[in-house]
Amino acid sequence: MTVNGILQIAIFCIAIIALVRPLGGYMTRVFNGDKTFLSPVFRPVERVLYAASGVRPEVEQSWRVYGVAMLLFSLAGSVSLYAIFRLQDILPLNPQGFPALPPELALNTAISFVTNTNWQFYSGESTMSYLSQMIGLTVHNFVSAATGIALAMAIIRGFARRSAKTVGNFWVDLTRCVLYILMPVAIVYALFLIWQGVPQTLAAYVDATTLEGAKQTIAVGPVASQEAIKMLGTNGGGFFNGNSAHPFENPTALSNLIQMISIFSMGAALTNVFGRMVGRERQGWALFGVMGLLFLAGTFIVYPVEAGGNPAIAAMGVDQSVGPGQVGGNMEGKEVRFGIANSSLFTVVTTDTSCGAVNNMHDSLMPLAGMIPLINIQLGEIIFGGVGSGLYGMLMFAIIAVFVAGLMVGRTPEYIGKKLEAREVKMSILAILILPLSILGFTAIATVVPQGIATLTNSGPHGFSEILYAYTSATGNNGSAFAGLGPNMFWQVTMAIAMFMGRFLFIVPMLAVAGSLAAKKIVPPSAGTFPTDNGLFVALLIGVILIVGGLTFFPALALGPVVEHLAMQAGSMF
Amino acid sequence: MMQALRMAVLMLAVMTVITGLAYPLAITGVAQLIFPHEATGSLIKKGDAVIGSSLIGQYFSKPEYFHPRPSAANAPSLEAGAPPAIGYDPLDSGATNLAPSSKKLIENVTAAVKSNQPDNPGRPVPGDLVTASASGLDPDITPDAAEFQVPRVALARNMSEDQVRAMVAKCTKGRTLGFLGEPRTNVLALNLMLDEAAGK
Repeated sequence: MTVNGILQIAIFCIAIIALVRPLGGYMTRVFNGDKTFLSPVFRPVERVLYAASGVRPEVEQSWRVYGVAMLLFSLAGSVSLYAIFRLQDILPLNPQGFPALPPELALNTAISFVTNTNWQFYSGESTMSYLSQMIGLTVHNFVSAATGIALAMAIIRGFARRSAKTVGNFWVDLTRCVLYILMPVAIVYALFLIWQGVPQTLAAYVDATTLEGAKQTIAVGPVASQEAIKMLGTNGGGFFNGNSAHPFENPTALSNLIQMISIFSMGAALTNVFGRMVGRERQGWALFGVMGLLFLAGTFIVYPVEAGGNPAIAAMGVDQSVGPGQVGGNMEGKEVRFGIANSSLFTVVTTDTSCGAVNNMHDSLMPLAGMIPLINIQLGEIIFGGVGSGLYGMLMFAIIAVFVAGLMVGRTPEYIGKKLEAREVKMSILAILILPLSILGFTAIATVVPQGIATLTNSGPHGFSEILYAYTSATGNNGSAFAGLGPNMFWQVTMAIAMFMGRFLFIVPMLAVAGSLAAKKIVPPSAGTFPTDNGLFVALLIGVILIVGGLTFFPALALGPVVEHLAMQAGSMF
Repeated sequence: MMQALRMAVLMLAVMTVITGLAYPLAITGVAQLIFPHEATGSLIKKGDAVIGSSLIGQYFSKPEYFHPRPSAANAPSLEAGAPPAIGYDPLDSGATNLAPSSKKLIENVTAAVKSNQPDNPGRPVPGDLVTASASGLDPDITPDAAEFQVPRVALARNMSEDQVRAMVAKCTKGRTLGFLGEPRTNVLALNLMLDEAAGK
């Protein structure tokens, strides 16, 4: 580790903390339907949109109607994406003449982008036409993110309302999120990225003749417009295969800092939206504190481990030490302009959330550093999390934490003035159990069928980690990879199922909690109420997250990264 | 239910027009107007011919050029019986994805050390020169990796080492704003400058 590296991490943290209240305040006003500085521009657009699609914005929905609307919207999105991919060869804006995607890849990719996962079993630069990138992937980068935030609004209203039958209107939440929050930021952000060097053109790829006389075809495209929302919406699906390591997606150290900030900012601000809507910002800060501590813990494991370099290649006369002209450390799968500190930080940021964009290749991380992204996702991506999904995941854990505290003192648990009864606790547990069910279940299947291990790049314990990472990433809707894993029919279909389970089987019980909370009265706090905005609660919640969320996965982690680490220490290679 | 499905389809259609067409097309128009060079890929031209992009690395093997990092972008050597790796193909960006405990990684690094060590027999080879980048298109090497190659390039070009070093310094960028990122030397810019100095 270097002083400069730690300084960069500190500056990132300060930027996030500084954004929480202004962004949180703005988002609160948007979702409450209050006037904002953008209202004069977007209010008319909003009205036209509702009129065109037959939405009556003043009609509120019960949790069931809200959920059905969300599911139908996701269904429509999956079908249209599948159709776009299958018809790509006859649609316009395809200057490279790419063929249609095969059915299993089209299915996997459609589910992947609708569920905000953005796992990619293809290389964008040699697969996707400009039209598919624009009206296919870019659209779902917007709406899958907006869907996540809308759902978070539904559960926040569940806590904030009393004796209410409704949790909001899905169409209104979705529309406002796109128009007032994602779109304005994306416009400014895309222009910033272009200034830094990200291409934005509809022209065909450029043929160059290199200095040594070789032919190099430079892939370009409408990259910046997609890159902006890819980060902002914690989507993470790259325009190119190299994702945010590709110099055309993330050209400079400055673009890299802004990309990391944009991954975290919405998730961090949503804790503040929660605090404001339930009437006490401290409640939001307590959740922010839990997230912040878990984030720092991950960062300060990955960074020193990666800075230490790979002992296996140090033995070969390779200089991995840090100096004024040398970044040092484990540089396999990393870019010189980012070095170790920014690569390590990006790895933690992208897996704390459901983003999954990468600026370095996780498959080549040292074993213990590579374990951190696995743990981050397996905990449910509640450390700032995916836009929306991070907050509602964290609230599920908060319900369990208060329930555990209630059991200890023998009192009916309350959270934010709502009595938590059997239904809410059962539903929260159900949601949380989806992760181990899908991750461990599919991993077990893949390790025993020949198709499951046919496409691995690495063997030994790291090969197992590749499988575990794939289902962890799919179920957690993250999308990052130990990317040595190649596609075949088995992987494309099972991962589509895992992505579907991870998204929708989590959301339905969560919405049920929102509905049942909204219907409850608010209990005024009394002397016996367990306070949920102080250090004790933060510690308890971290404990519950690590024990309930983390312990389930420990045996699997022991078989992968832990064994690999110990074997490397003993000098074994695979 | 049918009414909700109709709303879902219409809402998706409207969102597609706004976020999938209006937004990227407007950004493209504005970008071509205010950042035409960056928006088309930061291309470097000699006359009318494109010789590359300042952001995308190129493969160099001749002794008179500085060499980039190993690249797995379309590196055919990862497949059995294929010709040796060239990499730097922007149509297939990506990394080796080899584990730190991989024997294949050790083979790759051993081969890279073997081909780089003769440049500067007395010194350990800088790590970035023997490890493949994440994108396979890394345009940069570390200043140490450039310094490591100075004697070879100077000899091949009949220049003094200090003349070459001065050019390395010109093509080396420090941290952005003094603290962001890492110092780096752009290989293509450096090789272009060398060629220009030689009157090519």
